[in-house]
Amino acid sequence: MSLMKRISLIFRSKANKALDRAEDPRETLDYSYQRQLDLLSKVRRGVADVATSRKRVELQVNQLEQQSAKLSDQAQKAISMGREDLAREALTRKSGLTGQINDLKAQHAQLQGEEEKLTLAQQRLQAKVESFRTRKETIKATYTAAEAQTRINEAMSGIGEEMGDVGMAIQRAEDKTAQMQARAGAIDELIASGALEDVSATSPGDDIARELDSMSSEADVEAELARLKAGAQPQAIEGTESGGAVLESEPERRTTEGGAS
Amino acid sequence: MIIRILGEGQFDVSEDALPRLNELDAAVESAVEQGDEAAFAAALAQLLDGVRTVGVPHDAEALDESDLILPPADASLEEVRELLSDEGLIPG
Repeated sequence: MSLMKRISLIFRSKANKALDRAEDPRETLDYSYQRQLDLLSKVRRGVADVATSRKRVELQVNQLEQQSAKLSDQAQKAISMGREDLAREALTRKSGLTGQINDLKAQHAQLQGEEEKLTLAQQRLQAKVESFRTRKETIKATYTAAEAQTRINEAMSGIGEEMGDVGMAIQRAEDKTAQMQARAGAIDELIASGALEDVSATSPGDDIARELDSMSSEADVEAELARLKAGAQPQAIEGTESGGAVLESEPERRTTEGGAS
Repeated sequence: MIIRILGEGQFDVSEDALPRLNELDAAVESAVEQGDEAAFAAALAQLLDGVRTVGVPHDAEALDESDLILPPADASLEEVRELLSDEGLIPG
């Protein structure tokens, strides 16, 4: 027997077993309708859960991309200060982040796909539940219990198959989302612990930024010193006037401060 | 006839298309038997594409049973084995 045929038979028999049967066949319709409504809210929750996971991954991608941009800036700054070693370190960390970012983007695409699939499943089930409700009311109004049996069986098996399909879709989406949740949790922890080379300016572990900062403050000090020296030496012709002004204003300021105290 | 692709819904497929679909189905089946994951994925994709190409979506509001049911497009070989087993898979 062909694969398609085997799967069909087994799936159908499972779906039928899952249906509730009551003594009064017309009651069966009401039970089943209730289960359909339950399944509909379950699939709605499923869509919302997947959307939440997707947003979380989006947030992580943004965070990592910001860090990556920061590392680019740091590499640029290090090069302009002639520190190739620091630039190399920054770029190495950046390339590590790029791997993480690509991985997260792939997860994001997968979650988006699951979300779309579940949304469509929800719409399909919704349409069938609607027509089941109409059919159920017609059957109850028109037939005696005995007469209704065949019609009920038809309606039940049609919706049973759809419920089996949607139930399976929810299960698969949940499994996939759970796997990604676990990985997303691990990345959040890594970001929090700084182990993911979190070199944002506020992070205490940001050695590249610290070194660049200390280098630029050293450079500032040197530049300031050079300027002061240039001003203090009269042989620098252009510097004489401004240098003189600085020297003159210094004592004045001191006098004022002294007076105030 | 009506063919359901799990996770996608039902398609109306003309009987004329069945011989070709059966060929594609045989390829999936042999890949499952040999446990060849790569061949299985390719064969399943071809089979489902075949159904989508020759089929038209079945009326969304109809409560009809399908004549044939196919695994979801992203099913793994393992999942198809589960579909063929008597245990679980369709949550109660």
